[in-house]
Amino acid sequence: MAIHEKHLIRPENIKSHDKLVMDGIDISGHWSTFIETRVVKDYNEDLQEEISALPGGENVHRCWQCGSCTNACTVNAINPDFNPRYWIYLIRMGMEEELLRDKEIIWQCVSCNKCTYACPRDVAPEGVMKATSHWLELKGHTKPSPSTIFDDVFSSQVINTGKIEDGLVVRNFFKRTGQSLNQPWLVEMVKRMMAHLPVTMLMKLGLSTVLRPRTQNWGGARDAINEYVAEQDAHHRKALGLESLVEMAKQEAAVPFKHAAE
Amino acid sequence: MTDNRTDKYKKVAYYPGCALEGTGHAYNRSTKEVGKALGLELEDVKNWNCCGAMEVKNIDPKVQTYLSSRVMSQAVNEMGHSVVMAPCNGCYHNLKKAEYDLKNDETSRQVVDRISAKAGHKTYKAGEIETIHALDWIKHGIGEEGLKSRVKKSLKGMKVANYYGCMYTRPRHIFPEKDKGAGSESTSKPHFMDDLLAAAGAANVDFPLKTACCGGAHTLSDSDMSTKLVLNILKAAEASGANVIATECPTCHSGLEMHQIRAEKKFGVKTNVKILYFTQLLGMALGLSPKKVGVHENMSDSFDLLQQQGLA
Repeated sequence: MAIHEKHLIRPENIKSHDKLVMDGIDISGHWSTFIETRVVKDYNEDLQEEISALPGGENVHRCWQCGSCTNACTVNAINPDFNPRYWIYLIRMGMEEELLRDKEIIWQCVSCNKCTYACPRDVAPEGVMKATSHWLELKGHTKPSPSTIFDDVFSSQVINTGKIEDGLVVRNFFKRTGQSLNQPWLVEMVKRMMAHLPVTMLMKLGLSTVLRPRTQNWGGARDAINEYVAEQDAHHRKALGLESLVEMAKQEAAVPFKHAAE
Repeated sequence: MTDNRTDKYKKVAYYPGCALEGTGHAYNRSTKEVGKALGLELEDVKNWNCCGAMEVKNIDPKVQTYLSSRVMSQAVNEMGHSVVMAPCNGCYHNLKKAEYDLKNDETSRQVVDRISAKAGHKTYKAGEIETIHALDWIKHGIGEEGLKSRVKKSLKGMKVANYYGCMYTRPRHIFPEKDKGAGSESTSKPHFMDDLLAAAGAANVDFPLKTACCGGAHTLSDSDMSTKLVLNILKAAEASGANVIATECPTCHSGLEMHQIRAEKKFGVKTNVKILYFTQLLGMALGLSPKKVGVHENMSDSFDLLQQQGLA
């Protein structure tokens, strides 16, 4: 059975009968297990192109399904459903619906790069995982993952000031994800951190939250980076056909407005 | 490559990076102290910026390449250095990655050139500087023999699991100097930290998870995953007979410390293995006090162990 037909043998797709007689022969038990005939009609023929258009996904077409990535994968060892080889296959086949079944876990890639290290075809599966997570979010299949929110909080600080202050990143991340800082393990952590520190060191730490570290004369770099990121974002949206969707939505939204004006 | 590095690494540009000014402060302090004790000079990269860490590449990989290239540009064009040393695996990895991309990819060169011009500084060009890790710096700048002759307090009771993490060896292609046979670092079984600590008298244990992942990228965004990954590492170290894990990356180090506490508080799984930066261990071997190398700044309280071993 080809890997993309894996879903056919999921419990919900298997027909079995406790008692079944066919042509006068009792075939109850294991013999009565069937896979229903099916027509696969939900291909997204552009899926591979779309993923390739996003950073990290450029080499997805090179994959020849050896499975080294999944074999090496840190997350797969903890959650067997996390299967880069399988997802790359689905992307190349255009099986979007099947890919969407795993939409809530693809972002969990920890970027350890064991897959990229093991890959004999330079697919850079770690990049494909990131591209796929972005694709899911850009297409509106998932909300921004905690990882995306963290990347956002972190990167905007870097782009704005040239440096980060880790305390501020943590506080902003907890705020944006609606988590409390008052968790027993966090409190314990801070306690142990403070246990041996001299007062001067504590003052210095406190001070860094007020006088935030920043790179001098950073304004030019900040503007140039922002300009570049906005350009890239527009490219990605175009590659995913999102611009025409936005245009359509705008036109539709404009119609009732016109009527109202009349 | 043998071996003008003893001279070349005597004085290098130092790129501490953001983590070493925050949670990884003990690593910063101990690296500088070890440098002083060994007669290796560090000069801070002027007006440096963040390398992009693990996060900016997910917004756009080429922005990360630019950020790292600016650090190298500062070291070359503002200071005239030919070697930059980064103790943080993330910084080290990103500078190496930028070097690789600028050497091999035209689009990366164009993007970096464009942003550098608008930012108003000279574009960094591949080949202008050599990026090294703190491990390379000591291994080639002093060497095991040089280290042995300077040891004042042997680490002999310290059973060490050497933990290198992900970014020091992966992906292979950005580290062209590794896997070059005898004397070079290995990407599958790294040994520079083992070599240095052994020279300082430590008893290294056979540790299978040297390059396992601590989940550092998702330490807050997917904490349960990180706790599981860290517990694997802590338990494997204990099973290997280690009483301390030596680290060479601030993200790994704080990840191990943080999730050791989280595992205990949230899942009731307690582990006792201590966590110290390799520079802290080397510093104490060179006769520096635990305070001098920032042991009091660690969350993992190792004073009892250090006292037992006569290091504190």
